[in-house]
Amino acid sequence: MNPANASLKSEISSDFDWEKIRADFPILNLKIDGKPLVYLDNAASSQMPQPVIDRLVRYQTTQHANINRAVHYLSEVATMEYHNARCTLQQFINAREDREIIFTSGTTDAINLVMHGYGRKFIKAGDEIILTTLEHHSNIVPWQMLANEKGAKIRVVPINDKGELEIDAYEKLFNERTKFVGLIHVSNALGTINPIKRMIDFAHQHGVPVLIDGAQAAPHITIDVQALDCDFYTFSAHKLCGPTGIGILYGKAALLEAMQPFKGGGDMITSVTFEETIYNTIPHKFEAGTPPIAAAVGFGAAVDYLTAIGIEHIAAYESTLLDYATECFNEIPGVKIIGTAAEKTAVISFAIDGIHPHDIGTILNQDGIAVRTGHHCAQPVMQRFNVPATSRASFAFYNKKTEVDALVAGIRTVQKVFL
Amino acid sequence: MHTNSLYQEVILDHNRKPRNYGKLDHASHQAVGHNPLCGDHLDITLQLEHDQINSIAFQGESCAICKASASMMTAAVKGKSRLNAEILIHEFRELATGKLDLNHPHHLGRLTVFSGIRDLPTRVKCAILPWHTLHAALNSIASTSTETNNDSAQAVSSNF
Repeated sequence: MNPANASLKSEISSDFDWEKIRADFPILNLKIDGKPLVYLDNAASSQMPQPVIDRLVRYQTTQHANINRAVHYLSEVATMEYHNARCTLQQFINAREDREIIFTSGTTDAINLVMHGYGRKFIKAGDEIILTTLEHHSNIVPWQMLANEKGAKIRVVPINDKGELEIDAYEKLFNERTKFVGLIHVSNALGTINPIKRMIDFAHQHGVPVLIDGAQAAPHITIDVQALDCDFYTFSAHKLCGPTGIGILYGKAALLEAMQPFKGGGDMITSVTFEETIYNTIPHKFEAGTPPIAAAVGFGAAVDYLTAIGIEHIAAYESTLLDYATECFNEIPGVKIIGTAAEKTAVISFAIDGIHPHDIGTILNQDGIAVRTGHHCAQPVMQRFNVPATSRASFAFYNKKTEVDALVAGIRTVQKVFL
Repeated sequence: MHTNSLYQEVILDHNRKPRNYGKLDHASHQAVGHNPLCGDHLDITLQLEHDQINSIAFQGESCAICKASASMMTAAVKGKSRLNAEILIHEFRELATGKLDLNHPHHLGRLTVFSGIRDLPTRVKCAILPWHTLHAALNSIASTSTETNNDSAQAVSSNF
């Protein structure tokens, strides 16, 4: 860890005074139309604590230049900070080597990278790709594009009425044509935590590589890519209290080396002539152009912030919020929770009899309550539950029980308006 | 913006008891409107005779704002000439997007209850969808979307 991050870490309370931790987030002091903000849209994007904001300011005011190029002081500092961020991410998910961490613009970009770099090289006509009903559109559409291009086929793992994957059905989908598995770790629409370790092991018994979309998992579950033995793992910074516009793709070094580049340009080459280009080694092969350096530094600071609290403590606290909210919701007549998996993160997707989610969202907003309404970029999940859309409250460690109470009161107001 | 002023009794009433709900058996014009942002859709059927809207009906899946807007729209344009309907469509779009000066003469009447929608950009499309779809139907465009700027871009005639 670099000295900057060490000093950042020392600024952070790790004594689980959640009120004190909440005070790190300046945006939570906002008033919306005179009402205190109740921010329950964390699955869409989380908020940024002051130490991460400060880190971005410090980078921008004292450390910024382009990286991997010039010999001057600032370029060396920026290059080192960017590299440090990569190492922070490597440690965060326990990757074997730092070169296995590719900075991308986010999870969507990372999945597209694997589709182009791995899929277009290794997936052929007649091959099959296994996805699940729970996937976010970002882990469906790229594979559909590939399947259409190559004449490959998408097979889909169904879910049960609780929103859990049907593992027997998953295992039955495998055959000699199965060449890839794309699997969401935690459902963004429902909060279901999938048994990915077991599913990865099964795929590997058939020699099939697995990509895990960890966008909703990394903020809530300790990730150990070596223990999971997944081939690819990806998530975005902005769901981890970091900046937008950056995420990572973890890939096993041997796979990344075998893959073709995704984007061509500066930094991803060793030498260029008009006859031939020699590609750079990983991770640079996949990082064409000037990367979002400040965002990477902020990403590293955000991971340090969360690590100082401890993902396991965050998960434990959030699960108390989920239990409390679930209990409250079950007591409101006419309200139905959609997604009741045994293993869930702190997400409650819900429907209110006879009231459209957008009307729910607008009326809750009147009380300063931010929830997401819509199909959550997971239309197959909506189709499975036969609803066009849901309302979704998603909690973070800086939320508190009184905010659950505010949500419940808000829902009663919605019901009163439509009585 | 006080959202209460949007969810007024007249809007809630039209949501609960939508007028002209259903589908005409012998429509001269019809169109389907989609809002891909939320998956809402509605279809409009109407009977145009001598350039006058004799009857009109709508049905679909939508939020309260969209449904009330559709219900009040059908009540407002029934019996009107095509030209007068198009004037209302234009004025309603201007109202919803905050461009209409309510101090100047207009033809919207009670439809001005939707004026508050201009402060909720994400909901403007909910209110406009029925009007967008009516415009498409009157111009023999079978299918339209809130994401279509130029209605004729997706023009498929369904004039029958």
